Amino acid sequence: MSANGTITQALREAAAQMLSDKKVGVVIGYGRDEGQEFSTPVFLRKAEEVERLVFDDLCFGNLAVYLSRPAIRKMGKTGIVVKGCDLRAVNVLLRENVIKREDVLLIGVHCGGLGEPRLPKCLVCEVHSPTGCDVVVGEAIEQPEVKAEQRYTKADEIEAKPVEQRWEFWQKQLSKCIRCYACRQVCPLCYCKRCIIEKNTPQWVETSPHVRGNLAWHVARALHLTGRCVGCGECERVCPMDIPLGAINQKMAKVVDERFGFRSGFSAEDEAPFTTFSTEDSEEGIL
Amino acid sequence: MSKEQQNKSEKSQWQPRIVAFLCNWCSYAGADLAGMSRRGYPAAIKVIRVPCSGKVDPMFVLKSFERGADMVLVSGCHPGDCHYASGNYHARRKLLAFRELLDFLGIDQRRFKISWVSAAEGAKWSSLVKEITAEAQALGPFETFATMLQGEPS
Repeated sequence: MSANGTITQALREAAAQMLSDKKVGVVIGYGRDEGQEFSTPVFLRKAEEVERLVFDDLCFGNLAVYLSRPAIRKMGKTGIVVKGCDLRAVNVLLRENVIKREDVLLIGVHCGGLGEPRLPKCLVCEVHSPTGCDVVVGEAIEQPEVKAEQRYTKADEIEAKPVEQRWEFWQKQLSKCIRCYACRQVCPLCYCKRCIIEKNTPQWVETSPHVRGNLAWHVARALHLTGRCVGCGECERVCPMDIPLGAINQKMAKVVDERFGFRSGFSAEDEAPFTTFSTEDSEEGIL
Repeated sequence: MSKEQQNKSEKSQWQPRIVAFLCNWCSYAGADLAGMSRRGYPAAIKVIRVPCSGKVDPMFVLKSFERGADMVLVSGCHPGDCHYASGNYHARRKLLAFRELLDFLGIDQRRFKISWVSAAEGAKWSSLVKEITAEAQALGPFETFATMLQGEPS
């Protein structure tokens, strides 16, 4: 898999321009050193460094995770390379006032999908081309139509099992968890200064890697991301124990889609479902 | 006593533990009214008073299960009657989504109840508690969860 030459070249030019014009203090993008299996984040402060930038189909990370970090904020205005899916996370950060639009310079890339074979999320990607960026590089990619029933196939698959089997499945999966919290660290929307897992008066979630605490942790994580998660799939990708975390997030995305007709990250202006309500909400199952 | 009879008597002696989070302004007052008007209801229910049903974090519910509850009930004011104007509307969104998550993870939805009981509905409260206690009795101990709690650390 070779680097996508034209996009890489255009990216380097755009980054060099904005760094030498002092429009941004730092550019966050992807780089790949020799011998690396996939592209990793690079942070460029000077125009001479832009040779390190690349864009290829192994740029997995969601760089939006760095936008809320204080160390990055101190560097001044941030230029950031975003794929369409990453842009959804940026939209949520803007909506939640974590970052201001004038503090970021969005460098959008047209992305045809990642990985070989393609990641599941890329097969049903609805945002090959980013919208609302300051600079867009690459050639526009034709956007195939994605049907509503294709959106949540992973959650649907587990949902089709009877309840006892679901319990067994998740018990098996969640007992693998070693509580490394990589899923939290890599999530662009898990930016709380103090996570519920660190609160111990009372101790909400047991911290030892036992399935009871694991269940509580993953329930808490799923609920805190409900109506916010943009389905970038990073949590599942980084999980060292291969727990299908994406399926839980997908389930909650499906719930807010079906109940409230809401899909996160498509606009920086919309209201998250749990910050508002409607008097017309379903009453089903309430005694 | 035959084994079958013994099982039966053990089962009838077993009392479910139901944890109920009641909002201060409606459901708690409704339960109070039930008591004042001498309407009995099963003692299996352990009432915890909260300011509003909107205060109930799903973690409260999970914590209750972790501490051995067989069923959890959250009860608040009827929609439109919230003392804080909209707390129960927020609770409705949050808790129904939470219930779907529990179901997805394989936890029986019948173990988690949501109800609206107003301060004037002492009779509703009394019959509701009788009803859910009977259901909890029929469901039996929350064994799947209890087994998980006792399991060895991974």
